[in-house]
Amino acid sequence: MSDHKTMTLTLIVWRQKKANDPGKFETYTAKNITEHHSFLEMLDCVNEDLIHTGKDPIVFDHDCREGICGMCSQVINGAPHGGQDRTTVCQLHMRKFKDGDTIYIEPWRARAFPIIRDLIVDRSALDKIIQAGGYTSCHTGGVADGNAILIPKPVADEAMDAAECVGCGACVAGCPNGSAMLFTGAKVSQLAILPQGKGEAAARVKNMTETMKECGFGNCSNHYECMAACPKGINVKFIARMNREFIKSLIA
Amino acid sequence: MILDGKCPTGPIEQTWDKHRFDLKLVNPANKRKYKVIVVGTGLAGGAAAASLGELGYNVQAFCYQDSPRRAHSIAAQGGINAAKNYPNDGDSIYRLFYDTIKGGDFRAREADVWRLAQVSNNIIDQCVAQGVPFGRDYAGYLDNRSFGGAQVSRTFFARGQTGQQLLLGAYSALSRQIKAGTVQMYDRREMLDLVVVDGVARGITVRNLVTGEMESYAADAVCLATGGYVNVFYLSTNAMGCSVTANWKAHKKGAFFANPCYTQIHPTCIPQAGDYQSKLTLMSESLRNDGRVWVPKKKADCGKHPSEIAEDDRDYYLERKYPSYGNLAPRDIASRAAKEQCDDGRGVGPGGRGVYLDFEDSIKRLGEDTIRERYGNLFEMYEKITDENGYKRPMRMYPAPHYSMGGLWVDYNLMSNIPGLFVLGEANFSVHGANRLGASALMQGLADGYFVIPYTIGGYLATVKPGQVKADHEEFKKSTEDVTAEQNKYLAINGKKTVFEFMREVGGLMWENCGMARTKESLETNLQKIPALREEFWKNVKVTGSGAELNQQLENAGRTADFLEFSELLCRDALHRNESCGGHFRSEYQDAGEAQRDDVNFCYVGAWEYKGNNKTPELHKEPLKFDNVHLAVRSYK
Repeated sequence: MSDHKTMTLTLIVWRQKKANDPGKFETYTAKNITEHHSFLEMLDCVNEDLIHTGKDPIVFDHDCREGICGMCSQVINGAPHGGQDRTTVCQLHMRKFKDGDTIYIEPWRARAFPIIRDLIVDRSALDKIIQAGGYTSCHTGGVADGNAILIPKPVADEAMDAAECVGCGACVAGCPNGSAMLFTGAKVSQLAILPQGKGEAAARVKNMTETMKECGFGNCSNHYECMAACPKGINVKFIARMNREFIKSLIA
Repeated sequence: MILDGKCPTGPIEQTWDKHRFDLKLVNPANKRKYKVIVVGTGLAGGAAAASLGELGYNVQAFCYQDSPRRAHSIAAQGGINAAKNYPNDGDSIYRLFYDTIKGGDFRAREADVWRLAQVSNNIIDQCVAQGVPFGRDYAGYLDNRSFGGAQVSRTFFARGQTGQQLLLGAYSALSRQIKAGTVQMYDRREMLDLVVVDGVARGITVRNLVTGEMESYAADAVCLATGGYVNVFYLSTNAMGCSVTANWKAHKKGAFFANPCYTQIHPTCIPQAGDYQSKLTLMSESLRNDGRVWVPKKKADCGKHPSEIAEDDRDYYLERKYPSYGNLAPRDIASRAAKEQCDDGRGVGPGGRGVYLDFEDSIKRLGEDTIRERYGNLFEMYEKITDENGYKRPMRMYPAPHYSMGGLWVDYNLMSNIPGLFVLGEANFSVHGANRLGASALMQGLADGYFVIPYTIGGYLATVKPGQVKADHEEFKKSTEDVTAEQNKYLAINGKKTVFEFMREVGGLMWENCGMARTKESLETNLQKIPALREEFWKNVKVTGSGAELNQQLENAGRTADFLEFSELLCRDALHRNESCGGHFRSEYQDAGEAQRDDVNFCYVGAWEYKGNNKTPELHKEPLKFDNVHLAVRSYK
């Protein structure tokens, strides 16, 4: 509110009406943007202008706008979520840009994520991977007391490090192979680290990696772009852990 | 009409167990013949769909997001309560029950709250079994922290992302059932109507948000787990897609709306920075465990850097006013106190709308590493939004709309007054009374989904024949036509103002006149202005594009149109309730800033019946009886 400096920016945005349309870049101007605008609020302003002139606004996925739901998904100047460390698009603020900047905005691009419209892609393949085994097969009710199995803090903490994944798909978008190894590795690891998940570990890693392949995700060739793009800083060591779990499953 | 919540009677400790035994059962072989619709996949809906699918019912689940994992339960930070008494500090089911009734300012049903406290312990066990990585100590035992409105440590947490971890637990259980084929998942669908045939809920009409097509789904029971409505204030901590639409459509089809005026304004949110702002971000209540809230004593100091204000010149107003609970006073009280200081001209930051939340003392006592360990992600989030370092300079906070205690009226079985329509989680009104205590929303969502609806829905389904109405029934056709006509109307207006502009306007009116403090006068102002704004909306809104495609403006137009109707009901409810209780503060009814209840005239649930467009709704009452907790003035002093 107290800030009087405003920015004018040139946006070059991917527009695509339907899944099978060719799509193209369009240029827009964002005016009166302050450093306190979030990136999505900047797009809101551009969209309001477009609607007033009778044009279709830019369509993008977003929901919680506080970096946890994993819905927002844009490649900004070539970097998923805009390249700020551990930050989703919705938490990226315009103070990271300066007056006169040109910003390229594209959707996640990966074989397994077909474009639905403009910046929105279909990420249901990630749900399919979880459905293949990203759970413990416990029933509702009839489970043991929460303290019946002791899980020392370092173990619980490591499981939590893996569990922080928000399922946004930035790892896939950032990977030159369009691989979902970080996403899958995080879930496989979380459940393999915890005693509750160990019983099904072998079947889980087999089924989840198999589904990953079926959905059209590529493999890992150690670029580590996924970790750089991940808004939660999920570590690539969980990919290594998944590989170990996979090898273990072959002899289990 | 006097409403009956059908609560079991007798000693409170036995009510739920006895009721469970009295409920009819559906034979295991017959369960698959029953179709159940679950709308919403947050904690309540996700847990319900997973549990009902596992029981063998034929479940169809719906969400507006691209995946069930994204429901807004995911944003809950601080924790989930349970009466485990692991710390040996005097907790019990009875104490959790008592604290919740008192915290709700004696406006909730005793039996429902007892059940919630009773099943709270099962929830923790369930989540641990799913692999939810709760915080633990070095020996491996589950760790607890304290939260507002309680003097025991009963809150379980997973860093500052408890809601995320619990939701991912429910999502994993749901995913397992989707794989097993017991649940069919429909994402990117928004419920736009409830289909009622001969007075019984028989299904829903949804819009496929990708293709724009209307789809009809029939079932033997419909469960709404569609969350709260505080986006009626435009700026809130809710996700952008949270709306009253599903509940409002059900209300228009006959479901009573209970206590809409009970809205929770959360005391610690990052203050608004500008008019373009689209949402407000909450900072977990758990921060008040180690952060001290203060404002300058002298107005002249408000513009200074906080480090230049001497200790003696700081007013730690929560510690001063509520010495026994201090910074952990309940949310409604802490929010009002913040507003009071700012209204007194002692607020800090832009516009004087802020109070300090200061960690200096805790950092001195425990070290920065411990504080980082406890709340690191929250400090990081604060810095991203404000560009300020909370370790070095006190955070600025201001209250923001966060949760709705009101919701669709349900009986003890979570069934609305429409047979076959069940309402779960934040979408119903049942357990939080006039104010929700911290870490109780997650508890209620999962209680309803895992441990209440699986029993109570059976009691209903056992009395009905499966598959009586199919999706080709006349009522489904009519519903689709009505919804389509409404969509076409938005598109045809082609006015001058965008949907956001209208939403900002109605939200502004609600915050200004029906927010943290309300008066007869301010509410009457809204009851004049809102219908006028609604009329303008239907003449002057501009929505581009068509209905046969992905069209986010059209989605928002529908949600805004519903808020423009619902906001009037909220104000009407607030106006009729001539008392202050919990989150409903009528300035006329106070005792030196504390809410003044009127138990003689208002100790009831107010449930409104829709009477038609622009007609005055009818109020029905369900009297509240307190046999176990003595009705008293709530004190945290």
